[in-house]
Amino acid sequence: MEISWRKDVDQALQDAKRERKPLLLDFSAAPM
Amino acid sequence: MYPDERVASFVMENFIPVRIHVKEQPEAFQRFGAQWTPTVLILDPDGRERHKIEGFLPAAEYLAQLELGLAHAAFARNDFAEAEKRFGVVAASDDSEAAPEAVYWSGVSRYKRTSDAGALQETNRTLSSRFPKSSWAKKASVWSG
Repeated sequence: MEISWRKDVDQALQDAKRERKPLLLDFSAAPM
Repeated sequence: MYPDERVASFVMENFIPVRIHVKEQPEAFQRFGAQWTPTVLILDPDGRERHKIEGFLPAAEYLAQLELGLAHAAFARNDFAEAEKRFGVVAASDDSEAAPEAVYWSGVSRYKRTSDAGALQETNRTLSSRFPKSSWAKKASVWSG
């Protein structure tokens, strides 16, 4: 399974409220 | 951490995952106070930080930290039964460095759920027995009653 990373924090926050799920914010410097 | 199948599955099942790259969104580092990479923040659905993980961890330890994050999020919304259950998963492991913290908060969750001070005294006994040198055992020592 691959993680479906999102990039838009504010959109993800809206989705988190709707889905009642916590957010995992991964701050990275690794090559994308 | 993420190539591990257990980690990827756990993340997809329990979180909305967002990756923020230092070169693409430096303003987001400032917005959330991230000062180093890797840093992982767990936010509740209202955007409040509930757990922070700084630095690389092997998969097993990372999974334990993610579980701690979910437990702290449950605790913050006063779902003490869920918090106790999730802290208990981590507390059950003798190998995890997160176990002493999990034992502590599992006991606090049980106390909040039941109002039984005996839960705190039992937590103190467990920590002094299993993890006597941990800071969590010192914190719980006030419950020696």
